[in-house]
Amino acid sequence: MIELLFFIEVVVAGLLAGTMYSLVALGFVLIYKASSTFNFAQGAMVFFAVLAFVGFMELGMSFVVAFFAACLLMVFVGFCTERLVLQPLMNQSEDTLLMATIGLGFVLEGLAQAVWGVEVRRLDLGIGDFPIMWIVDNLGLYISALDLTASLVAAILIIGLALLFKYTKMGLGLRAVADDPGAASSIGIPLKNIMLLVWSAAGVVALVAGMMWGARAGVQFALVDLALKALPVLIIGGFSSIPGAIIGGLIIGASEKVLEVYIGPYFGGGIEGWAPYVLAILFLLYRPEGLFGEKIIRRV
Amino acid sequence: MVLAFVVVPLVVETQYWYSSILIPWLCLALAAVGQQIVMGFAGQLALGAAGFMAAGAFACYNFILRMPDLPFFGALILSGLVAAAFGVLFGLPSLRVRGIYLMVATLASQFFIVWMIDKFGWFKNYDTSGIITAQDIVIMGKPFTSPMDMYFVIVVIVTVLTLLAINMARGRTGRNWMAVRDMDIAAESMGISLLKTKLQAFAICAFYCGVAGALFAFCYLKSLEPVAFDIKLSFKILFMVILGGLGTISGAFIGAVFILLFPVLLNSVGNNVFHGAIDATIISSIEQVVFGVLIIVFMIYEPLGMAKLWENIKQKIQLKLSWKS
Repeated sequence: MIELLFFIEVVVAGLLAGTMYSLVALGFVLIYKASSTFNFAQGAMVFFAVLAFVGFMELGMSFVVAFFAACLLMVFVGFCTERLVLQPLMNQSEDTLLMATIGLGFVLEGLAQAVWGVEVRRLDLGIGDFPIMWIVDNLGLYISALDLTASLVAAILIIGLALLFKYTKMGLGLRAVADDPGAASSIGIPLKNIMLLVWSAAGVVALVAGMMWGARAGVQFALVDLALKALPVLIIGGFSSIPGAIIGGLIIGASEKVLEVYIGPYFGGGIEGWAPYVLAILFLLYRPEGLFGEKIIRRV
Repeated sequence: MVLAFVVVPLVVETQYWYSSILIPWLCLALAAVGQQIVMGFAGQLALGAAGFMAAGAFACYNFILRMPDLPFFGALILSGLVAAAFGVLFGLPSLRVRGIYLMVATLASQFFIVWMIDKFGWFKNYDTSGIITAQDIVIMGKPFTSPMDMYFVIVVIVTVLTLLAINMARGRTGRNWMAVRDMDIAAESMGISLLKTKLQAFAICAFYCGVAGALFAFCYLKSLEPVAFDIKLSFKILFMVILGGLGTISGAFIGAVFILLFPVLLNSVGNNVFHGAIDATIISSIEQVVFGVLIIVFMIYEPLGMAKLWENIKQKIQLKLSWKS
């Protein structure tokens, strides 16, 4: 019974940590969906956004004001990216765009550090990273309050984005652009505005993801590497599916923790670093387009 | 080549140039040639070069350690082969997936190889410090320890392997790679075995990276630590290939110059111009920004890479010369 409880605890902790991966992966999916660009700068955006947020807080802004200021800043970043990077690179190959986003990542990382410094900062959201007593007493499970909040926030964000895409005119336009940019612009959908919207949304998602991660691990440069952890999530979920990002994150989070706890000790631990990638490869062998990705049909 | 053998030793005298610019340049360029083969010629987006380099470096260390009779070149070739075996293993997903998906799959090699070396003490000869001093290079009983000697060793190896790569790329193998790159289904229907071609490309890429990794560790770092072969190095090699120009061997060398020298240049400019005026960390951050901006600008104006730029300049000069004559 104790063992079963422990197993459940590990899985739940993994699932909740997985929602954090999902938040990072969500930013990738938003941009990939609209422009089939793989945005390598997403990790840098997370870092930049949360560092800006902390920076604003230090200037004496209140939580809400700082949050909106950071949001505005991310919209501005999205605007600049669209004008200065994406427009000149329109109709270039995917490799070129990928390189350009890597360059963008460098710019954002450098800027963030030049403006706000390099030291690790603590971010206190008022939610501790400790178990909730009510759940411990009633169910006997140790679940971190931060994890729970993160998953709630993730859920709200995802539902909001899904509604936005499904029911607004903007969302319809976005789906049209994702399907065929040429056809979409020829029937008068403003491609520029859509791109701006997508990059801003990705920026805001990056900010939220950064705040959650920052509260756990401190606001530091290592956040950039998070983007890499989101890659297997994307593989499993499919690059162009929002639900895929969520489920992928959950699968990676849970399996990573379970593997680490139950198989890790045989190898001396530390398998968390590569286990998600191997898992992703196994998934790829079975379903190359991911769980929710569109079936890839290739013709000569 | 004449330049490398005769002119450089005559002109360049300071140790600094050998040990911190020429040697790493050649090592990384060799790895970039490998990356070029798998990415530029065979069209497989792979991002695990540093993992293969780590495999090569540690294989070389172990071969020299455990088989003292083995000559250095023998150990180098064997460690290349070990890396190639890893290349085939991690190249397997390329048969099923392509593009960005493949890139993530190859990232597994990066993390797995480095983790494996780190976790199992045998590879490091149970050294607990984490940093192992590399053995001296001994060829025919003569130790090669000064930077200049090492430079010669590397130049020989890099020249041979580069010529080999150029020939491979020109010949049947290279044509098969390019056919697969341009349209793999069409290539398959023309009777090119995808399995063989793709895995061959991965194996050769990993071989080059393995040799480059061994040289990098033995001649430049002079120590072996798994941390040196992290994901950043893989990215650097990827940059070299894309900035240098995909599908050209010379692009690998030009890209390596740019990636390696540019930070050095920026650093010295930053230190001399703003010396003392601005904090050092801010200078390094600004360097990063400039580097990123340059990548973007480059992608906008010359997406085909520096090799193409060089080609254009050459053509213009030739045109002018032919006008005069």
